Amino acid sequence: MTAVTAPPEARSARNLVDVVFRARELSIVAALVVLVAVTAGVNGNFLSAQGLTDISLNASILVLLAVGQAVVVITRNIDLSVGSVVGLVAFTVGDLLAADHGRGVTFAVLAGVGIGALCGLVNGLLVSFCRVPALVVTLGTLYVIQGLGHYIAHGRQINAVDLPPAMLAMGNGTILGVPYLPIIAVVAMGLVGYYLRSYRSGREFYAIGSSPEAARLAGIPVRRRVFSAYLFSGALAGLAGVLWLARFGTVVADAANGWELQVVSAVVVGGVAITGGVGTVWGAALGALLLTTITSALVALKVNPFWQQAVTGALLLLAISVDRLLAARVARALRKRNARHGS
Amino acid sequence: MMTSSRRLAPAAALAGLLCLGLAACGGGTTKDSASAAPSAAVSSAAPAAADPNAPIKEGLKIAFLPKAINNPYETIVDKAGIEAAAEYKGEAKEVGPSDASASSQVSYINTLTQQGQDAILIAANDANAVCGPLKQAMAKGIKVVSYDSDAAKDCRDLFINQASSEEVGRSQVKLMSELVGGKGEIAILSATANATNQNTWIEFMKDELTKPEYKDLKLVKVAYGDDDDQKSFQETQGLLQAYPGLKGIISPTTVGISAAARYISGTDYKGEVALTGLGTPNQMRQFVKDGTVEKFALWNPKDLGYLASYAAAALVSGQITGAEGETLKAGKLGERTIGKDGEIILGPPFTFDKDNIDEFDF
Repeated sequence: MTAVTAPPEARSARNLVDVVFRARELSIVAALVVLVAVTAGVNGNFLSAQGLTDISLNASILVLLAVGQAVVVITRNIDLSVGSVVGLVAFTVGDLLAADHGRGVTFAVLAGVGIGALCGLVNGLLVSFCRVPALVVTLGTLYVIQGLGHYIAHGRQINAVDLPPAMLAMGNGTILGVPYLPIIAVVAMGLVGYYLRSYRSGREFYAIGSSPEAARLAGIPVRRRVFSAYLFSGALAGLAGVLWLARFGTVVADAANGWELQVVSAVVVGGVAITGGVGTVWGAALGALLLTTITSALVALKVNPFWQQAVTGALLLLAISVDRLLAARVARALRKRNARHGS
Repeated sequence: MMTSSRRLAPAAALAGLLCLGLAACGGGTTKDSASAAPSAAVSSAAPAAADPNAPIKEGLKIAFLPKAINNPYETIVDKAGIEAAAEYKGEAKEVGPSDASASSQVSYINTLTQQGQDAILIAANDANAVCGPLKQAMAKGIKVVSYDSDAAKDCRDLFINQASSEEVGRSQVKLMSELVGGKGEIAILSATANATNQNTWIEFMKDELTKPEYKDLKLVKVAYGDDDDQKSFQETQGLLQAYPGLKGIISPTTVGISAAARYISGTDYKGEVALTGLGTPNQMRQFVKDGTVEKFALWNPKDLGYLASYAAAALVSGQITGAEGETLKAGKLGERTIGKDGEIILGPPFTFDKDNIDEFDF
């Protein structure tokens, strides 16, 4: 990325880049505000206490997955297996809890995160150490993990009545009126975001995504970082699986089937460049919030359901176009500045 | 870095292979699918005219092909069918795809045809897409029985209907009317917008609502949860937000009703908004006990599989040919008569409530 001792003009150029990309996150917030205001204007119930709880609950699982995915995408990779991991974890953890009601929420979270991390470990090993392209590896593990889930489930399903009451309470319980699920999502997002922003090893994820070759030459342990990105993503997907179980209560092995694409969309809409090196987990989380809120808003506005997917797709295209436009602008601005300073 | 990666590469490859091996087991084919010997001779020898007293042949080979092998509901149906086959000393098995698509069912139909099964029982993912391969199977003397979800009429011998669509639709309205006291706004939470069975039921519900005794019930919206948990959740929220006066929701799909119940159970709408529809007792037990749902309906999926299995055996043995008016003996279920278009109806839907739900485990 930038040199260690940046000359003043380089720093101001970096500030420009910062401003542009912060503007990106602000534009998502603005879009969210407009969306919520318009919907609430038409339908007052959208902003009722129950309405707000619904929005935050709907978004929290996607937010967690988007945070994990953002870490992977920032290193110029992708993790398509997350949907399958959620399904596998939701079912197996549900099965374990149903087998012995003495197992509580702590057990569920540990087991879920463990299984998720194990899946991330396989992805990470194959991508970083065996150097197989991420798209192919995670597409493969998507099916492998799904198959494993079906094999374990054998057509069974987990019912709400099989789960300990504490687990179900986690799905719709609250602290001071705020439900647990969004709290967990926000805490996870805060920790990962802080790590990526403020730790040296966190910054290295960006360096790898910007230019893997340069990062390697600069002595960054590229493979170890990419490996840990997949561990992160897997563990968060595992946590999301536990939350899925807590929230829906009734779970079959193909829960969250197809969610991988929604997660990638959320990340891209949130300003994380699919080519790596750019973006934040806050952005990704906002993207996830925007996508789920759009679905809820369209329902509350009684818009024909056939339009919902089209809107998501259009938003994705818009986000990518804006990315291209901004990248071109920034590049031009930097060139001009450099020319002016004669460097 | 280089050396460590070389050491790790075989381990990772091994891990990958291990996963692949496990996935192959979960891929949806039962182990014996390749080993069945052709036995089409049995069925081709069956007489053309029905002989109601013909005994059921022993050693019949029948195969259940569900919409998807991991569908809990179809697992119950097929298991019961396989158990029924044991009663009449037949060999039954379940094979099927892991995704509910018509194209993946086609290859299973072709394999079963090549194996020379005596009968194929199918829950069609698409009425027409599976038609060609099923016709080929019928041309080879294999009897085809559809259950749960019908194939086009001319590519199967019989359709075992879980309940007449008309009865399902009308009884749901009746149930809802009882719950809300015959008055108020109601909505329907369906599966996908193009699900044939859902749409047929909804048509009958709408027709039932035109009757004078339901004049105070007003259907305000049909929402589609796509049989997806999150989507069904959001649609339920949307219904309750968009129609503040909503008194009840009918969800004639197992995914929809459990998602809606789970959502309502965690909100203030519990006890305010009535929920009913089609669900399984295990799935709904929690919500019946906590008071979110008072009653809901379903047929007995075990009886469906049992009847389908006996119907297939009766076809192959020549007890019936599939013509209207013929009668078959279906073990413990007693006799059933074939109706119009080769349909056999299992019976009226059964209503579950907190007093009887614990008698059922499926």
